[in-house]
Amino acid sequence: MEITVDEDACCGAGQCVMIAPEVFDQRDDDGVVILLDPAPPPELRPAVENAAAVCPAAAISVFP
Amino acid sequence: MEYPFTQPSALEPPAEWARLRDECPVSRVRMASGDETVLLTRYEDVRTLLADPRFTHNLSRPDAARIADSESGGVFNEASLVTDMTSGEGHLRWRRMMSRSFTAKRVNALRPRIEEIAHELISAVQPPVDLVSALGFPLPVFVICELLGVPADHRDRFAHWSDAMLNLTKFKQDELDTAAREFHEFMAAHVLAKRDNPGDDLLSELATIVDAQDGRLTEVELIITAQGLLVAGHETTANMIGKMVAMLLADRSRWEALLADRGLIPSAVEEALRFDANPNIGIPRYVSEQYEVAGETLPAGTTVITNLASANRDGCVFADADEMVLDRRPNPHIAFGAGPHSCLGQALARVELQTVLGVLLDRLPGLRLDVEPAALRRREGLVVGGIEEVPVRW
Ligand code: HEM
Repeated sequence: MEITVDEDACCGAGQCVMIAPEVFDQRDDDGVVILLDPAPPPELRPAVENAAAVCPAAAISVFP
Repeated sequence: MEYPFTQPSALEPPAEWARLRDECPVSRVRMASGDETVLLTRYEDVRTLLADPRFTHNLSRPDAARIADSESGGVFNEASLVTDMTSGEGHLRWRRMMSRSFTAKRVNALRPRIEEIAHELISAVQPPVDLVSALGFPLPVFVICELLGVPADHRDRFAHWSDAMLNLTKFKQDELDTAAREFHEFMAAHVLAKRDNPGDDLLSELATIVDAQDGRLTEVELIITAQGLLVAGHETTANMIGKMVAMLLADRSRWEALLADRGLIPSAVEEALRFDANPNIGIPRYVSEQYEVAGETLPAGTTVITNLASANRDGCVFADADEMVLDRRPNPHIAFGAGPHSCLGQALARVELQTVLGVLLDRLPGLRLDVEPAALRRREGLVVGGIEEVPVRW
């Protein structure tokens, strides 16, 4: 599984950090997403897919 | 059709939503002002328009529909004065500057304090009690006041000012003008006081940014921001606490499921946000350029109302959309909007709702509604929908 994030689209809602803190964080100064792990282990797939599905800016893409 | 539609009861959606989603996704409705707007009710249509960066909820253009029946048309119709912070590049700059105070990390750090406030408020009352006035309203005000660094002892005045900003029917124009002036003066005085006596809070932080005079934020923008946060962070969350608890108690098996498994709290909060049948009007958009939706072309200058709550019950996106499914996952509801203008305070709202729910389950496991769900009354006239009273005992 590979992940990309679109920093320009990110609206700083923080949902991804709440759902998958192992994979996502936010910059302290403007709340924009930080991708901690672009290729997380398979056991994190449900959380990552959930984070991508609920992102209000649709800024997370997950590739198989 | 007059809008908003009448609900069968406070917890049930108007029958029109489902009918319009099926038969007439782009419909014409009349607002309290008498002006006509276009109403969207399907998830895809609502989400796509809300997320379109070209448009905002600012209806100050002369050809925009007025929402309220006051002269100015209410909160959405007021001009944003001297600032470009509500749209485009200016909005993005403003948004990124504010986001630092609402990151998951910052709001998670508030959990213990929010818990403490919830415990104090619960300890202060005896059953039977109205949960909205005992907990729903005071808690978010205490939280947002602490975050901004504004004393919470002015709670009653805040409540009046935000009512004046958000009520569509109750006030005359001169009352609205007076409330707006007083609120502005109050905030301006507080910002000045922060300069002499800075604290570890958002207003002090923002005052420093204004003083740097590098174009990031002006004094007037700071005051408008502080007022906006106080109002946005107050009525919405307060009403949602009442609605969430009412929904969970209306069918007590929901409450019991949560008592048995606290791990359900986060997904139950999301489902309550999705299932909310009381958002009042929804969120407007002034469509400033010709726009295609569901096979129709809207001319530039159309005022559109997006019904988020109807979108959240769209069966094309949510299986068993009319059931409250406490462990629904994923739950891509749009109760906080979508795209660049989606709710800035949503992480805070989530943490407040999750924390209140957790404390209620711990402290008052025997909580129950003291009236039939059908007897709950909705609050009338507000931009933000809610339930007037949620009488409970335990
Ligand atoms: C359950 C509680 C809440 C709900 C349902 C809610 C809902 C919304 C919605 C739907 C929007 C989008 C408006 C649009 O697209 O034009 C919005 C925007 C906003 N909300 Fe909330 N909100 C809640 C709580 C809060 C809190 C606690 C705060 C802050 C302390 C807040 C601050 C804001 C701000 C500043 C905006 C404007 C964002 C922008 O234009 O970039 N909200 N909210």
